Amino acid sequence: MTLIQAVFVLFAILTLGAGLFTVLSRHLFHAVLYLILSLVGVAGLFVLLEAEFLAGVQVLIYIGAISILIIFAVMLTRGMARNPGPPLNNQSLAAAVIAGLFFVLLAPVIAGFPWPQATQGVPADAIEALGRSLVDPNQFALPFELASVMILAALIGAIFIAREKR
Amino acid sequence: MPDGILLEYVPILTLILVGLGIGGVALIAPQLLAPKRPSRRKQLPYESGMIPIGPAQRRFPVKFYLIALLFILFDIEIIFFYPWALQVRSLKTLALVEMGLFVLILLIGYIYAWRKGAFEWER
Amino acid sequence: MAPFLVEAAIKSLILVLLLLTGFAYLTLAERKLIADFQARIGPNRAGPYGLLQPLADAVKLFFKEDFIPEYADRVLFVLAPLITLIPTLLIFAVIPFGPELTLFGYRTRLQLTDVHVGVLYIVAVTSISVYGITLAGWASNNKYALLGGIRASAQMISYELAMGLAIVSVVLTTGTLQVSGIVEAQRNGWLIFLQPVAAVIFFITGLAEIKRAPFDLVEAEQELTAGYLTEYSSMKFALFFMSEYVKMIGFGALMTTFFLGGYLGPFVDLYPGLGVVYFTLKVGFLIFVLIWLRATLPRIRYDQLMSLGWKVLLPLSLANVMGTAVVVALTA
Repeated sequence: MTLIQAVFVLFAILTLGAGLFTVLSRHLFHAVLYLILSLVGVAGLFVLLEAEFLAGVQVLIYIGAISILIIFAVMLTRGMARNPGPPLNNQSLAAAVIAGLFFVLLAPVIAGFPWPQATQGVPADAIEALGRSLVDPNQFALPFELASVMILAALIGAIFIAREKR
Repeated sequence: MPDGILLEYVPILTLILVGLGIGGVALIAPQLLAPKRPSRRKQLPYESGMIPIGPAQRRFPVKFYLIALLFILFDIEIIFFYPWALQVRSLKTLALVEMGLFVLILLIGYIYAWRKGAFEWER
Repeated sequence: MAPFLVEAAIKSLILVLLLLTGFAYLTLAERKLIADFQARIGPNRAGPYGLLQPLADAVKLFFKEDFIPEYADRVLFVLAPLITLIPTLLIFAVIPFGPELTLFGYRTRLQLTDVHVGVLYIVAVTSISVYGITLAGWASNNKYALLGGIRASAQMISYELAMGLAIVSVVLTTGTLQVSGIVEAQRNGWLIFLQPVAAVIFFITGLAEIKRAPFDLVEAEQELTAGYLTEYSSMKFALFFMSEYVKMIGFGALMTTFFLGGYLGPFVDLYPGLGVVYFTLKVGFLIFVLIWLRATLPRIRYDQLMSLGWKVLLPLSLANVMGTAVVVALTA
């Protein structure tokens, strides 16, 4: 195992382990913190893939913004943080069996799939290329503009719902 | 064997480890050096010398949640600025028009938020 | 790999030790300066001119009882100081303290690492530094602490936006995300002259991010006692205190790097060692301004804080970015 593979395994364990604790934690506030830890693991994986911009976005948006919102949401909910119900309900066994069966079904497909392999590393000017493709009408200009419409919709919706009634 | 880009991130890892080391020493040292005389009164949450009333982790205004939501939305907007900022020099008008449109759409949302009093905080 | 790892470890250790010393003497400098501003004497008992005061404080804190209040979230309560300290230190990883120079016959950069997306790294690390304080406020299970923590996080995220846009203006003007590139781009003139609006916005938002006066509402002692610090004692308190002061140095370093030409100055190419001197002087001056402001300005109200961030700084910084973009596109 090379050093990079070792680091990869470390980050993978962090991501999956923290993810597991996220769903199993009894305490809602702790669950959020495990989720953040899991997202840190994903950011580490992005760095390993040399996707520096994505790693930055992962930290900035998911860890630095969305998680803060989730923390606020937990704090906002009376009683939620103090007395959460048990993380497992009475259907957990059935769910585990079905999930296991699904995995058995999926495993041969995953194993047999011709996964594309990167033949070359990430180009040095990846971010410049990203900037170009965002404004190039032949590439991602339309999705880019639509993103702003989506953000606008989210913004208006958020204000409409969260605004205190006068 | 990490190479190129990955090598740049190794010092960040060492810095984290050194920081954890210093912080760990600082957290452990008082356990060995300092006296430990716990008492019921001392362990109570501080509330200006009064006996604490009610739970500390109570609900807080929905306002904070709204601020966090607005923050996410504008944060996503700003993240697009970084790759774009590197390309303004070479793409000129195209870059300006595309981002101008993007910002204009968001400006509608900003004005809406302002008009609906999302940025108002009661005194 | 091994020699590289050793070099990185040694550099990290030196950096952290320097920051520790800087923190210790910054506390003394602040107390002395505030005393001067208020026509007092300030600490003068421990050593000549009170020079041993930081040491005395450290010894005292090490021997203070370190207790965890009842009902506190014990694990988070202990982890919160660490979670505050680490992002604070991480900012310094990409700051160039001087040009490339030869030290003991060994050519090295005075920068821990020159990440390709250094600016993005700085913004990302800044965005996670809010956690330690929020967690401290939550874990303490104390009303003052929780209010302080929530106020802190809302304040920091509100000012992060304008700060990010001010940094985008810098990227637009210099055309690079690499921190060393931004410094080198200022050879023909500091960015504070090319980007005065961005510099002012960065300065104000920086003050709010590190919660210095007049934006120190988080620790408004009249209403929140010590905010998120209320339940902390001994070295846990010291770690928070250290983070606060290291953040001051970090703010000075970022402002210097982005707007005041970093390590650049006369004859720096002839004598690379001078770069460190220039850098230290610039950071020192900015820290002096921070202390000066604390002695001068009254604290602003929370509603003023929010409307300044959202209604003034955010649109102003956005206008500055678009204006800069037009100028850059026209002159390119």
